[in-house]
Amino acid sequence: MLSQQLVNGLVLGSTYALFALGFTLIFGVLRVINLTYGFYFSIGAFVALTVAREFGATIWVALPVGALSAGVVAVVADWILLTRLRRAKAGELASLMVTLGAVLALYSLMAVFIGTDIQRFPFGFVDNTAIEFGGIRISLVQMLIVGTTFVLVAVLFLLLQRTKLGLMIRALAENEDAARLMGINVGLTVAAVSFLSGTLGGAAGVLIGLNFNAIQPFMGEHMMLRGFAVIIIGGLGDIRGALIAGVLLGVLEVLTAGYISSNAKEAVAFTILVLTLWFRPVGLFGRAQAKRA
Amino acid sequence: MDGMTMAEWLDDFLFTYETLIHALGVNGLLALSMYCVMAVGQLSLGQAAFMGIGAYTGALLTLNLGLPFWLVLPLSALAPAVVALVIGGPTLRLSGVYLAISTIALGEVLRVLYINAEWLTGGALGLSGIPRKADLWLIYLLLFLAVLGFWAVGRSKIGRAMEAMREDEAVAGVMGVNLPVYKMGALVVSAMLAGLAGCLTAHSNSFIGPNEFGFEMAVTILSFALVGGIGTPIAPVIGALVLTSLPEILRPLQDFRLVINGLIIVVAVLFLPRGVIPFRLRRAP
Amino acid sequence: MTVLLSASRLTKQFTGLLAVNEVDVEVAAGSVHGIIGPNGAGKTTLFNLISGLLPSTSGTLTLDGRDVTSAPPYQRTRLGVARTFQNIRMFSDMTVVENVMTGMHTRLKSSGVASLLRLPGFRREERAARDKAMELLAFVSLADKARIRSGDLSYGDQRRLEIARALAGDPRLLLLDEPAAGMNPTETRDLGTLLRQVAKRDITLLLVEHNMGFVMDLCDRITVLNFGRKIAEGGPREVRDDAAVIEAYLGTKVAARLAKAHGA
Repeated sequence: MLSQQLVNGLVLGSTYALFALGFTLIFGVLRVINLTYGFYFSIGAFVALTVAREFGATIWVALPVGALSAGVVAVVADWILLTRLRRAKAGELASLMVTLGAVLALYSLMAVFIGTDIQRFPFGFVDNTAIEFGGIRISLVQMLIVGTTFVLVAVLFLLLQRTKLGLMIRALAENEDAARLMGINVGLTVAAVSFLSGTLGGAAGVLIGLNFNAIQPFMGEHMMLRGFAVIIIGGLGDIRGALIAGVLLGVLEVLTAGYISSNAKEAVAFTILVLTLWFRPVGLFGRAQAKRA
Repeated sequence: MDGMTMAEWLDDFLFTYETLIHALGVNGLLALSMYCVMAVGQLSLGQAAFMGIGAYTGALLTLNLGLPFWLVLPLSALAPAVVALVIGGPTLRLSGVYLAISTIALGEVLRVLYINAEWLTGGALGLSGIPRKADLWLIYLLLFLAVLGFWAVGRSKIGRAMEAMREDEAVAGVMGVNLPVYKMGALVVSAMLAGLAGCLTAHSNSFIGPNEFGFEMAVTILSFALVGGIGTPIAPVIGALVLTSLPEILRPLQDFRLVINGLIIVVAVLFLPRGVIPFRLRRAP
Repeated sequence: MTVLLSASRLTKQFTGLLAVNEVDVEVAAGSVHGIIGPNGAGKTTLFNLISGLLPSTSGTLTLDGRDVTSAPPYQRTRLGVARTFQNIRMFSDMTVVENVMTGMHTRLKSSGVASLLRLPGFRREERAARDKAMELLAFVSLADKARIRSGDLSYGDQRRLEIARALAGDPRLLLLDEPAAGMNPTETRDLGTLLRQVAKRDITLLLVEHNMGFVMDLCDRITVLNFGRKIAEGGPREVRDDAAVIEAYLGTKVAARLAKAHGA
């Protein structure tokens, strides 16, 4: 039924948007292609899973714990991998390649220790209740996902626009050298951005893992290309764009799976990504970057 | 090794390591395919996708049409070249990261296509029973010719133009280098080499599947060039040799192969920005 | 006087900044033409428009009668335009002689196939190219440094290498973006001598410069820009005494005082 599909699409799209938010933060602010971001996604999911299984935690505990752990891992990993490159002003390509190698190693390491079987949250992790009206069924899980996404987006927005830290981050995004000269502690700000984006990615991991009830080490990698699709379609560094593009993509994927085929939905993100890059590279809300000769 | 002649030992060696030696040659071609585009400063990661096109084209031509191998091979190089020509226009307008992302995305689109077109490609199960027509001498002959070709072209105005584009594209244009033509040329040659490699793989492993030519393969090919370097055409080939034989040498750590691969990339980028082979091809007589 | 390069109402609008505003310039063949103006006047932008690195917003550009307004850089080079850059843009990993040979790109005619097979014709051409490159290096006094890695040269040497590289393509018009930047008086004087010799080779020079003395000495004709507009044009003496120019460089107060002092 169309309206049910739309609801499902909205839910899926929210997770994409959440994932993309953290990603666009790093790329938009730090101008760094950090592919390890996908790993934080997986970490968030697995930590939440472990906490739920070993300690019987509920979603209300597992979600923040998973997200925050991912945030911490993000700070550490970014510091190890990227400080040297930042100092040498090595450019986007170098950070792409280093994080590519790192994430490959990390995923594989995780796979070695945890195995590649799909794991699931314990039964009854979240109540199976749902509300129904007009033929549409919205489960608690789905409401949780959408709700959390909007809350986190709002928090991020307020943080960036209304707090001192947010100001520092925005200054850094504009011009790193100028920011440093203004007395902004760049290292600290970078760490804060890493933490925020890692947390967002981790949260997205828990929620997507919950949505499909399927968790395995390489799940982050699978999301990465979609993440790229969302941030490029939405426009780089644009939070509003990431949100809209994410939801749009989710809806389109669900509709494609419903009306065309389940396999075809895999190609939706990539096809739109390629088309966007070819015909409107700045995305929906991006600003064209002036190129200096 | 008592009572064994040199010839027998060699025979034994080749038999045991046959797959590896085949793979070394094929990966050498893939490394050159990567070298080709990186040498003009483009980070196109489409080699895996082109390899897939070549592999499927070759396998299908052999299995369904029964064409002789000497015909199948060039056709498998032509197919991805045509695709490169088609997508090259809009794709090569992108630069850096965006080019990389779009080429990987294209590879993923192809993967979905392979899985869906079951009637042709065997779907998720792939194609099997491909006759083993890729002789060792053929693979290494092609590799040798490719290296020679790059070396020859490198020591001419084309080579200088390529290096100029890599260092400073805008200035290369001001020097009179026809940038669009060079970029497209590099992409097409890279596609042909990857297509050849794909066809050769299909006819060595006798089996190909849709998941072999995606993201992981693209990263592996990139790592050949990263580790080996791109100063001379032989450098990425050596990178391929090292990275392909490493898993064999590190057999006990089999599960950690990808981990090591990843770590090597990290180390290469952080500490060896020019790759292991720092030499540079001389470009003036 | 034949006009080699003609810019007509050339304009470049960036978002929020009108960098070049309807500028008309005519450069006579065989002349040395200078473009001056205070910082931010749009000189380098104008240069980038002429060499094709920036697309113009409106206006036309003609080279020897041909419309090159939307021609990409490589086409302009083929038609005989060469340039040097304000912040020297060398191919640093290449050797000195390789850099110069890269400048010959448009003049080398061997096909890809000939290069691949290393046919005799191709090898002859490469050797001839190398010899010509060495000649040019001798012309700029860099012959002894031919095999050195370009990035390792001193600043002054890099400047001269850039000029040699620009000359390698047999240009008719040489654009020089602040060639004397960062040079001491001796180096500047040597540069002036070198450029005069370049001009003698029947090459038209168009240069952007800050060094007033250098420009006045070298140029036949000078165009003055300020805030993207042309405010004066003429021979060195005319321009030096032009009120608008003085005002642009020294401000209205000083200009007024000078005018009074000269009994205007």
